[in-house]
This record gives sequence, C-alpha cells and structure tokens, in this order.
Amino acid sequence: MNVLLDNFPEFRDGFIGTVSITVVSSVIALVLGVLIAGFRVSPVPPLRVFGTTWVTLLRNTPLTLLFLIFFFVVPEILFPGMSPFLLGSLALGLYTSSFVCEAVRSGINTVPLGQAEAARSIGMTFSQTLRMVILPQATRTVIPPLSSIFIALTKNSAIAGAFSVTELFGWQKLMSDRGFDIVPVFVWVALGYLVVTFAISGLFRLLERRMEVAR
Amino acid sequence: MSASVLYDAPGPKAVVRNRVYAVVGSLAIVALLVVGVMRLADKGHLAPEMWDIFNYSGIRQNIADGVLATLKVFGLAVVGSLLLGVVLAIGRLSDHRPVRWLATAFIELFRSIPLLITIYAIWVGFLTDYSMWALAAGLSVYNGCVQAEVLRAGINSVPKGQSEAAYALGMSKTQVMVGVLIPQAVRAMLPTIISQLVVTLKDTSLGYIILYPELLNTARLIASNTLVNGQYPYVSTIVVVGVVYVAMCLLLSALATWIEKRGRRAKTGIVMADATPPAEMADVIDAPGDR
Repeated sequence: MNVLLDNFPEFRDGFIGTVSITVVSSVIALVLGVLIAGFRVSPVPPLRVFGTTWVTLLRNTPLTLLFLIFFFVVPEILFPGMSPFLLGSLALGLYTSSFVCEAVRSGINTVPLGQAEAARSIGMTFSQTLRMVILPQATRTVIPPLSSIFIALTKNSAIAGAFSVTELFGWQKLMSDRGFDIVPVFVWVALGYLVVTFAISGLFRLLERRMEVAR
Repeated sequence: MSASVLYDAPGPKAVVRNRVYAVVGSLAIVALLVVGVMRLADKGHLAPEMWDIFNYSGIRQNIADGVLATLKVFGLAVVGSLLLGVVLAIGRLSDHRPVRWLATAFIELFRSIPLLITIYAIWVGFLTDYSMWALAAGLSVYNGCVQAEVLRAGINSVPKGQSEAAYALGMSKTQVMVGVLIPQAVRAMLPTIISQLVVTLKDTSLGYIILYPELLNTARLIASNTLVNGQYPYVSTIVVVGVVYVAMCLLLSALATWIEKRGRRAKTGIVMADATPPAEMADVIDAPGDR
C-alpha cells in the first residue's frame, strides 16, 4: 500500500500515460486497419498486394523490433527529435492495424453475398456498396474481435514503457529501481491495467448491445 | 473469394478505371518507399560500409548466438506453455469446484496482465541472475493460459458421443481425458496451437528488456558497439535481424497453414480450427463457435 501512496503522482502519470497511448494508437490502428482492409478487398491488384504485404510483414514482426525501428530508423526518415509518445503510438498503432485489418476483412466476408448483389443491381459503385451496405453490417460482426484486439493493444502498450514513454510499466521499473518489493508493485500495476482492459471490454459490450439487430 | 462479393467482373469502363487506380496507387506506394530510402541514403545509412559489417565473422557469430539464444528460450517456452496449458485445461474442466475456480482465476489473471509486466516481475523478484529462465517462465505462464483456453475449446468441440462411448466401455475419467479427448482436441486445435507458438516466438523479443542476450538484444549491442563512418549502423542491423525474425515466424505460420489444409482433407468429423492466430489471445474461446 505504501508503495502506491508514497509514489502516487508517478503512478497517476503512468496510468494516464497508459490510457493516452492506448487511445491514440487505437485511433491510428482503427483508421489504418479499415483503410488497409478496404485495399485488401478492392478490385485494384497493386493495392491488394500492398495490403497483403502490410499484414504479413507486421503480423510476423515482434512488436519490440517494431519499437526499435520506430525509435532508431523512423526519426532518420521523418523528423529527428519526434516525441517518444508519438513514436510509440505510431509503432503500436501500425502493429495493431494489421490485426484490425484482418478482423474487418473477415467481418466483410460474413456479410451475405445477396446484400452486395442487391446493392450492385441497383447501380451502386464499389465504394458505395462498401460504405453504405457492407461496412455497416460488417461492423456488428467485427465488434467482438475488435474488443480483444484493443485489449491486446493495451497490454502491448507496456512495451512502450521500456522505450522511455511514461506509462505503467515505466512505473514498475522505477519502483523496482528504487528498491521497493516487486510483489506489491506488480499488484498495483496489474490493477491499473485491469481497470483499462475492463473499461474497454465494457465499452465494447455496450456497443454490441446498442448495435444489435435482428437478422 | 472475398473480392467477388463486392464487385462484378469489370466491364470495359471499369477495367480502364481500375488500371488508372492501379497506376496511381502503385506510384504513390513506390514514391513513399523511394522517399524513405532516399532520406536514409542521405544520412549515409545505406553506404556499403554499413552493410559490410555483416561480412565479419565476429558479427556473424554474434547473430548466430543471438538466434540460438532466441531458439533456446523459445524451446523452453514451448515445452513449458504446452505442459501448463494441458494442466490448466484439465483443471478448468475438473469435477471439483475449487480446482476449477483456481484454474479459472489463474488463467484470467495472467491472461489479462501484460506479458512484459509478468516477465519483469519474475525477473526482478525471483530470477534476477537467470534472465533466460525468467523469460521462459513468463512466456510459459502467459502462453500456457492461452493454450489452456485453446485446448479447452478443442476438448469441448469433440463430439459428445466420444466420451459417452468411452465411459460406456468402463474407462475412468482420467482415461477418457488422456486417451480419448485430449488427442482429438490437440488434433483439432493444432493449427491454432502452432499459431499461438508464433506469438510466443515473437514475444521472446521481450528478452531485450530484461537484458537476455537474444536476437534483438544482440542486434542492439552490435549496432551500439560498432562505429562505421562516424555513425552507428542501426538501420542495417535492424533490417538484417528483422528479416531473420520475419522468416522464422513465416516458417511457423506456414507449418500451421499446412497442417490446417491437411486436416481439412482428412475425414474425421472433427472440425479443424483456423490457422490464423486468435488476435493474439482472448477470443480463442469464441473462435470455434463463430463458424
């Protein structure tokens, strides 16, 4: 208990850090993931190839390596001196985008063929079909897997702490460097993460119920 | 195929339009790549000297050692996580309520805590001088929990008649579990189990953070101890090590897909699971029911 009370400001910063990196990289992952999923189902071969390469590469790269790339290679290409928070969110967001893409793509595959055929027969274009008929229906099937993807993202954000982003793992490291017993520190950090992941699963359950529809 | 759901076979107009999109899209992608490569070349990261370092036997030896260390910890984690997975899965299906609760609590707890946190706590708290064992233990605990859920889903997917028949023959519960249910569950879930092993392999790179000299840590050491043209060769080492990682993971994924295809051919009446990893975890329980 003392570990928490004596170091509460640092813990609070760490918790806020975990929440903010989770939120920022979730947004990046969601936007990129849906975009790449669109690429992967599009009628244009080069875009499909790009989407497949993207997913295959990112899914088979350890996240730690991706963080290394973002902290040592990307600043050389983009702007030197980007903030660790931004670099960490980008690494995490890109990594997760490949999982989001696969979830969205399999969601698209669950929409009955007749829906797309009907949309086409009234003259809708590819992007209209995708936007107005397929994606709204796919969203419902995609919500449960997305929920676990974002929970995984929250847990993966711990790695950002090792790359000098302020978040809960950083607090754990700080406390063990200061010589506190690791067991209570572990318990508090674990509780911090549990709060975030429970919030995410609750939010998604709410979404699922709101979007439920008789089929 | 998913593609044909969304669009008809293109007519002449659509063919032209798709070609335009294809050209514009490829140009945009190529332009992005070229800009990236040019920026790297500007900073001298692509100079031949930067890549020459991989011709030195010392550096090659370092990388080989790193791969070996990674594979060593991966092997330990595979054995550990599968053993723990079987034990936990049996625990979750036990007839005794306390055993069931204990197994469930253990699985839920360690599955919802970031793996890095667990590994770090084990390392600092118990195995400070044995980073390999700390890493292996952390990986085993986390992946064991995931494998347990996979196995449980597999055991539940075995047709009920199988265990009924086994009981009717007078087999004990242990015999039914070990002799009838688990072999079929493993067979059905093999693709998912191997896909989870890919996740385990990727996660060995967390050894980087507890200073275990696996491949990624080796790469960092190489890059930060070699000075070429007044720069550290981060870009070239990361590229080389990245290729090694992706190759290892792709090999394992290919194995999973191959087994899945083989399993679909066999007519056993047991549905094979998909080879796609269950989004890293969590939804393994729902996965088989979704189809």
